[in-house]
Amino acid sequence: MREFGYQRADDVPGAVALLAADPAARYLGGGTNLVDLMKTGVEKPALLIDVRELPLDRIEVTGSGGLRIGATVTNSDLAADPEVRRRYPALAQAVLAGASGQLRNMATVGGNLLQRTRCGYFADTTKPCNKREPGSGCPAIAGEHHNHAILGASAHCVATHPSDMGVALTAFDAVVTCETADGPAELPLAGFYLPVGDTPHLETALPPGALITGVTLPPAPVAATSRYRKVRERASYAFAIGSIAAALDVQDGVVRDVRLAFGAVASRPWRARAAERALTGGPATAEAFAAAADTELAAAEPLPHNGYKVALTRNLVVAMLTELTQEAVR
Amino acid sequence: MTAMTGTVAAAGTVGASRTRMEGRAKVTGAARYAGEIPFADLAHGWLVASTIARGRVRSVESAPVLAMPGVLAVLHHQNAPRLEEFAGMLGPDPTIQILQNDRVPHVGWPVALVVAETSEQAREAADALVIRYDQEPHDIAFSAQHPGMYTPDDSPLLVTETGKGDIEAGLAASAVVVDEEYTTPEEHHNAMEPHAAMARWDSGRLEVVDSNQGPFAVAQDLAKMFSLDLASVRVRSEHVGGAFGSKGLTRPPVVLAVMAAIVTDRPVRVVLTRRQMFSVVGYRSPTAQRVRLGADTDGRLRAFDHQAASLTSTIHEFVESSAGIGRVMYDADAHHTSHRVVRLDVPTPSWMRAPGEAPGSFALESAIDELAHKCGMDPIALRARNEPAVGPVSGLPFSSRNVLGCFEEGARRFGWADRDPRPGAAREGRWLLGTGTAAATYPARVAPSTAAVTAEADGTFTVRITAVDLGTGARTALTQIAADALEVELDRIQVKIADSDFGQAMIAGGSMGTRSWALAITAAATELRAQLALPGDIPSDGITARSDTAEAIGALARQERHSFGAQFAEVAVDVTTGEVRVRRMLGIFAAGRVVNPLTARSQLIGGMTWGLSMALHEEAIRDQASGAHVNADLAGYHFASNADVPVIEVDWVDDPDTHDPTGIKGLGEIGIVGAAAAIANAVWHATGVRHRDLPIRPDRVLLAGSRGC
Repeated sequence: MREFGYQRADDVPGAVALLAADPAARYLGGGTNLVDLMKTGVEKPALLIDVRELPLDRIEVTGSGGLRIGATVTNSDLAADPEVRRRYPALAQAVLAGASGQLRNMATVGGNLLQRTRCGYFADTTKPCNKREPGSGCPAIAGEHHNHAILGASAHCVATHPSDMGVALTAFDAVVTCETADGPAELPLAGFYLPVGDTPHLETALPPGALITGVTLPPAPVAATSRYRKVRERASYAFAIGSIAAALDVQDGVVRDVRLAFGAVASRPWRARAAERALTGGPATAEAFAAAADTELAAAEPLPHNGYKVALTRNLVVAMLTELTQEAVR
Repeated sequence: MTAMTGTVAAAGTVGASRTRMEGRAKVTGAARYAGEIPFADLAHGWLVASTIARGRVRSVESAPVLAMPGVLAVLHHQNAPRLEEFAGMLGPDPTIQILQNDRVPHVGWPVALVVAETSEQAREAADALVIRYDQEPHDIAFSAQHPGMYTPDDSPLLVTETGKGDIEAGLAASAVVVDEEYTTPEEHHNAMEPHAAMARWDSGRLEVVDSNQGPFAVAQDLAKMFSLDLASVRVRSEHVGGAFGSKGLTRPPVVLAVMAAIVTDRPVRVVLTRRQMFSVVGYRSPTAQRVRLGADTDGRLRAFDHQAASLTSTIHEFVESSAGIGRVMYDADAHHTSHRVVRLDVPTPSWMRAPGEAPGSFALESAIDELAHKCGMDPIALRARNEPAVGPVSGLPFSSRNVLGCFEEGARRFGWADRDPRPGAAREGRWLLGTGTAAATYPARVAPSTAAVTAEADGTFTVRITAVDLGTGARTALTQIAADALEVELDRIQVKIADSDFGQAMIAGGSMGTRSWALAITAAATELRAQLALPGDIPSDGITARSDTAEAIGALARQERHSFGAQFAEVAVDVTTGEVRVRRMLGIFAAGRVVNPLTARSQLIGGMTWGLSMALHEEAIRDQASGAHVNADLAGYHFASNADVPVIEVDWVDDPDTHDPTGIKGLGEIGIVGAAAAIANAVWHATGVRHRDLPIRPDRVLLAGSRGC
């Protein structure tokens, strides 16, 4: 394989400085995605800057009752954290729905947000891919796309974002904090991933050279009644073909607050704001849930072989909100 | 001293559970595989595979790569050693006539080998090697309606077509008819241990360490291809980490390693990557099968027609013999089975776990279930009604056939009698529940083998036979067989295997290994005991008896010899998400004499697990535009994860085969046969919707929905 440099960063400014000095460098978190991509030749960094030992591994309750999660917190630690499980159960469930125990022990929060699509064309350097090689084309649109995007895609790319964790974070209005050469910065997760458009190779709004230092979750009482469900082609160790993070506050049969985000439908975790608006203040009934899902999915543009995702996502909305309603009644 | 045999009254180790002789070596890492045995001065070869599906290699730009660190050679069609075309076990094999011309028959075809000092250097240089092609339009689109479909000639591996009676008249006269098409996708073995080979010249001999199922057969092929005396080729395969048919033939890595050893005059090792294993070591063709069954209202078959279509490559013909299973299982006055195949620009398929029977049983045993429902009959009762007295096509008697015993015992343990036959009747929360069953069968074949058994001066015995242990426990089973044949304790016997110097023996394949090797070991042991009965001491180099079973096998009575079984499965299906979960499986088999129950059970559980995987998960997907896979790795090619596999219960019923000296039938393949059908039938029972296309993916289940009672 190709030779590359490896350097362990001592502190956050040092890591940022190392990357600034070498544009062909990459930050290395758990390496569960980046190292795979290096093996297949998709990623060819000249230098890996290991940030896993940086002191960003804490999970703290914020003064307002939210959570601050460090970028190097492992998936395993995140899912096991009592505050995460109590305040944002869907987040813990989402993390546990992903990968395997071994991978979760290595993978980090920061790396999870920046993992690349699992589109088979992206992963194979012998094939065209606009995300990997801008302008080379997207063979998935006319080819194999049964697990590709139905929302927010473009004629240039129909890949999905593979994260489970990101779906739950999106539902709970997470804010990404990062460090740049000019100092710290913040980015709401809602604006973190760029629209696909004709630049699918540009994936995030992170400033050049920025290092993700953590994720902040604002307080959300509704999140205490939340769940994540993932559907995949085997019971474990597969990426979602459909997933949902849902939180619901129902009082006297009326929806007071609701959060919905979908996975495996778009190039980013998909916050279902149209569905949330349709539901808020209305009845907590299966009919209303289905109608809200239809409102959100009206924008779906399925390809010939992924239309099932519309029905799947709709069914997940109805099933999850029904379960949460029953839980609220109990 | 005099070696004593017969001192243990009928050792009786055959039939007793034994842990693997080499188990400790394997779990401690002491057992070395072909890709990890150290050799002094070892160089490393890295395969470069074509990225086009059809065309010619215009140029291989070697010069820049030869200048890279550590690179020793770049072999390609213009400079690689020339190979003799040869007549192998199955005739000439064009899939290993590699680097001989500029023709590219499929994506992944070997077009070059880069040899370097280290594996990493070879890989980097291989990645950097520019190859220019003259590309031609390709066709990889398989369907039963493809205009290129043709009827292949009969071969030693395939009877293309059988028939008796008038199918159309039989169907017309039938009160109940099933006429459906079933499909199975391209499937791959991808054994845990990738194909690996090391070749070197040692005192004028070609010495090879290779991961394969038959070192003697590989030695024969290499001798012919490289114009060497067989005596100057030695191939060893001490430990093999899974094969499933993919290592049953000589494969490109060993040919490339020998070529590179010739060119560099150094030991060279070639190891395939996962991705490469999807293209050069065989796979199971997709199938499209039409099954037509006509029956009276009491379920008795009048017409039986199974037409199977599969694909092969443009360079070699391999036919997945899916329609063969009905020649054993069911009779009817009108009975027809046939195969067709189409040549496409894809790699050559090959044997994969229960070739023919695995996909064939999915189609046939699904159709039988459909027929039972249409007749309003229990599917086991319908099978019992159609139990043939003799081979439906051959007319030969069965050596033993206890399929009904399997169903009876299976039904009892599974609780089949309590089943509500109506589909869609059982629900538990979001899950619809269903159960299904299917029959299983696989031929019990045997092939000539040689063996040598030596009485050593120290009172121990050494068995030498070119058997291979693929992880199945073959070494242990053969030790048990030798102990019984010699009537001595297990610990006085050393079984040496997997070395072509030991002479000809059947490969570890086709569920034939244990039976074929047992016959040879038993014959040699019997001869040795006769020699030891004579007066005199054992010389320091021992007394050796040899056997060759060719004549004995030729003298076996012509019979229908098969293993049988009954598969049961319970599934839970959520049609709103398409998820299918298998809750339990039970397999009861009639598979002759079981040598080692411990490893036999593992083998059968493994086969059933694979059947589950085949039913729900496995599918290699090709991109029409490039002709290449889009999921050629173990993240994209889904197979059952641990979480998908429920409790699987396996047992067997008595199945004495008194016509065979060993009584062994073999059980390598049969575990997978019928397992996918049992699950598909259970999915139908749960949902009321019949899934005739594998795998039963969530999108298919979701879109098909349910039609409950």
